[in-house]
Amino acid sequence: MVRVASETLNSRVPEGPVDQIWDKHRFNMKLVNPANKRKFSVIVVGTGLAGGSAAASLAELGYEVKSFCFQDSPRRAHSIAAQGGINAAKNYPNDGDSIWRLFYDTVKGGDYRAREANVYRLAQVSNNIIDQCVAQGVPFAREYGGTLSNRSFGGAQVSRTFYSRGQTGQQLLLGAYQAMMRQVQLGKVQLYARREMLELIVVDGVARGIIVRNLLTGQLETHTADAVVMCTGGYGNVYYLSTNAKGCNVTAAWRCHKRGAYFANPCYTQIHPTCIPVSGDYQSKLTLMSESLRNDGRVWVPKNKGDSRAPAEIPEEDRDYYLERRYPSFGNLVPRDVASRAAKERCDAGFGVGDTNLAVYLDFRDAINRVGEDAIRKKYGNLFHMYHKITAEDPYKVPMKIFPAVHYTMGGLWVDYHLMSNLPGLFVLGEANFSDHGANRLGASALMQGLSDGYFVLPYTIGDHLATSQLPTVPEDHPACVEALASAKSRIDQLLSVQGTRTVDSFHRDLGQIMWDNCGMARNKAGLESAVGQIQELRDQFWQNVRVLGSGESFNQSLEKAGRVADFLEFGELLATDALHREESCGGHFREEHQTDEGEAKRNDEDFNYVAAWEYHGVGEDSTLHKEPLTFDNVPPATRSYK
Amino acid sequence: MSSETLNLTLRVWRQNDPDTPGRFEHYQLNGVSTHMSFLEMLDVLNEQLIESGEEPVAFDHDCREGICGTCSLMINGKAHGPDKATTTCQLHMRRFNDGDTVTIEPWRATAFPVVRDLVVDRSAFDRIISVGGYVSVNTGNAPDGNAIPIAGSQQEVAMDAAACIGCGACVAACKNASAMLFVAAKVSQLAILPQGQLERSERVVSMVTQMDDEGFGSCTNTSECEAACPAEISVSNIARLNREYLRASLCGRD
Repeated sequence: MVRVASETLNSRVPEGPVDQIWDKHRFNMKLVNPANKRKFSVIVVGTGLAGGSAAASLAELGYEVKSFCFQDSPRRAHSIAAQGGINAAKNYPNDGDSIWRLFYDTVKGGDYRAREANVYRLAQVSNNIIDQCVAQGVPFAREYGGTLSNRSFGGAQVSRTFYSRGQTGQQLLLGAYQAMMRQVQLGKVQLYARREMLELIVVDGVARGIIVRNLLTGQLETHTADAVVMCTGGYGNVYYLSTNAKGCNVTAAWRCHKRGAYFANPCYTQIHPTCIPVSGDYQSKLTLMSESLRNDGRVWVPKNKGDSRAPAEIPEEDRDYYLERRYPSFGNLVPRDVASRAAKERCDAGFGVGDTNLAVYLDFRDAINRVGEDAIRKKYGNLFHMYHKITAEDPYKVPMKIFPAVHYTMGGLWVDYHLMSNLPGLFVLGEANFSDHGANRLGASALMQGLSDGYFVLPYTIGDHLATSQLPTVPEDHPACVEALASAKSRIDQLLSVQGTRTVDSFHRDLGQIMWDNCGMARNKAGLESAVGQIQELRDQFWQNVRVLGSGESFNQSLEKAGRVADFLEFGELLATDALHREESCGGHFREEHQTDEGEAKRNDEDFNYVAAWEYHGVGEDSTLHKEPLTFDNVPPATRSYK
Repeated sequence: MSSETLNLTLRVWRQNDPDTPGRFEHYQLNGVSTHMSFLEMLDVLNEQLIESGEEPVAFDHDCREGICGTCSLMINGKAHGPDKATTTCQLHMRRFNDGDTVTIEPWRATAFPVVRDLVVDRSAFDRIISVGGYVSVNTGNAPDGNAIPIAGSQQEVAMDAAACIGCGACVAACKNASAMLFVAAKVSQLAILPQGQLERSERVVSMVTQMDDEGFGSCTNTSECEAACPAEISVSNIARLNREYLRASLCGRD
C-alpha cells in the first residue's frame, strides 16, 4: 500500500485567467533593489540551456553567481546534442499559430498531466527566447529573403520550429554559454568546471549550499549561497542505454531528494521513436536521429512477415506505412509516445526488419524524388552523415533502420509556479524539474523550456524568494555544512572500501536491462513488482561486490561512475514504484492493463489526475506520496486523438 | 550480423598526473567487433583492466555522437583518427585491420596540459571565449527576431563557422599547436553576422591576445587543422581572422 500524505501540495499558481496571471504575478512578486542584488549569491548547478541561461541572466541582473558543471567545460553540457529545433508561437508562417495554440498543443501533447499555468507561461515567453537567441548571434536557418525559417515537428499541425541545421541545441547552448562566459569575464560568475555536486546543504529547512567533489584533485569543497538552482538534466541513463551523454546522471537531483525535495512523476519517461538500433552487447549508448526527419521520411515495415528482400526491392503494395495508415491526419508526425508504441507493436507482431527484427524503416526515397538529394542534404546533412558513420549504410540510397530508445525524462524534482521545490531556496529548472511536459514532451519543446526557465522565469521568481526570506550568513563550519561534507566523504570511502570483483559498468548494464524490460515502452503490474525486487537485489550485490580501483584523492573516473550508478540503483526503485502506483496509461507511461481495444493509451482522469510527488524516508523504505491535483480550466481533457 | 572481430595491440599513453612523466603501455585486445565505436573498444579494454586489478585508462568523452567536443585522442598520430570529418567517438573499428597496432595518445600542446592518461585540460578555450566570443546583449534586450534580416547565404557561411565543437583537434594537429582555427571560427561567425558588428574590432584583438597569452603557437598556414577538424571548419576562416585583425589594427578599436 502506498502511504499518501493527507494534505495536497500547494503549487502557488495565482488566481485569475491563465493568459493574465504571469503578467500580474510579475507585478505582485517582490523585487530586490538593483543596488542590493550584489549582496545575494546564487549557486547554479549545471550549465546546459537552463543552467547557462540562468547563470548569465542572474549575473546580468547583478547577483553573484557560482556556476558548476561536471564536464571539463560548460559548453559540453548535453543540451548541445539536441538536434531538431525549438518551438515558439511566432506564427511567422501565417499558418494559424498563436500562444494559445502552442499552449493547447503542449497540454494535449502531455496527455493532460502538466500544470496549465506553467505551460501557458512557457508558450508566452517562447517568442522572447527566439528574439534573445537571434540577438546573441545564434545562426537560425533563414529564408532567401532573410527572415527566419520554420519546420514542423510531431504533435502540431503548424510550422513553429526554429532550427540551425540538425544542431539547434549546439547553437542555442553556445549562445547561452557565451553569455555566461561574458559574465565570467566581468567577474559576476565564478566558474567551477569538473565539479560534481554530491550533497545539498539545508539550514533550518532552507537550501543554502552544496558539497562538490573537484574531479581533478578529488578534493571535497563546501559552497554556500543564498539560493541553490539545480539545472542538472534528466535521469534517462537509469536505463543504461539511452540517447543521453555518458555523463548524464541523477546524482545531484537524487541528493536533493534525499535531503527532503520531493521527486515528481519519475515514471514519465520518453522513449524516442527514431534512434539507431542496438547492434551488440558492447553498445555504450544509443544515437538519436532527429524527429525533424519525419517531416520528409516515411516510416514503414513490410506487409509480409519475414520479407527478407532488400527494402528497395519491396514494391509499394507490399509496404505498410503504418503511421499513415493508423493516424491519417498526423501521419508520420504523430507525437513521440504514439510513434514509439506503434513501432513496438509492429516489431512485437513480427514485422520488424534488420538483423534483430527490432527496427523499422525511415525512408527518404519519395522526398529525394520530390525535392532532390541536395535539398535533403541541406536540411539533414549532418544527421545523414552521422547515420552513415555509425551503420556504414548510406541513407540517401537505403532507408534508415530505426527503433525507439530512451531519450528524455518528463519527471523530475517537484516545483511550484516559482520553479521552487518544496525545500525553500532550492529552485529546479529545465529537464531536472517535472512541470511543463506532463506525461509526454512534444518535439522541440525541451529547448524552449530550458531557456524559458533560465532566461525569463527564474530571474523574476528568485528575486521574490530573496526579498522575502531571512537569510543569515552560513559559515563553512556551520554544523549543516560539516554534516553534509562528512556524508559525501563517507559515501566515497564506502564505494572504495567494497573492493569486490565486478565493474561498475556491469552493474549499470544489469540495472538498465531490468528497467528496459519492465519499465520501458510498455509496463504491467507483475513486471513492475518484479523490477522492484530485482533492483533491490542488484543494489545489495553492488554494495557487496563492486570494484572501484584508485583513490578518492585523485582524478578517478571509475569512482565518479560508481557514485552515479549507486544513486541510479536507489532511484530506479522509485521509478518502478511510481509506475506501479499509476494505474492508467498516459503519455510515455503505458500500462498494458489500461488500453483501448485499438491499443491506444487509456487515461484514468477520475483517479489519477494529479502529480505524484514522492517524499524520501530512507533506502529501501516506502516513500510518502504527496499529490498535487491538476485542474484543466482551459484545455478540457479529452482522449488524445491523432487520427 | 556480419560480426567480424579483430585482434589488436594497443599502445596507450599512461600518465598518473600532470607532474609525473608518462610512458606507453602495451595491451593486447582480442575479439574486437568491427561494429564497435573506438571508445567502446576502450570501454572493453577498461573492463578487462579493472578485472585484472589495473586502473583503467582515463579518457574524456560524453555525448558519443560527435557534437559535445569532449572526446579527443591522437590515434596513430592523427587527431580523432584516420577518418575525415569524424570525431573519435564516431570512429568505428571497421576502419582497422586484424593484427593492427594502434597508438593512442592525448592531445599534445603546451596550452593543453595532461591531466591524466589521455585527458588534457582545455580550459584555455573557455578563457579565449570569455574575453570576447559573444555579442554583448543582456537578456530581455532583444528586438523581434525578424527585425534583423540576414540573407540565407550569409547565414549559411556563419553557420559553417559556428559549427565548431571546441574539441581542440586543430591545436593537436598543428605542428605549432596553434589555436587559430578555433579562434577564427568564432571571430568569423560574429564578424559575418550583423549582430556582431559593433564589437567586431574589440573582439578580434582581445581573443587573439588571449590566445597568445595562453601559450598557443603561431599559424604558418599548413592547414593541418582543417584536415583534422571533425566539424570541417575551413581555413578560409583564418584568412578572415587575419583580415579582421588587420582591419582592427589599422582602423583602431571601435
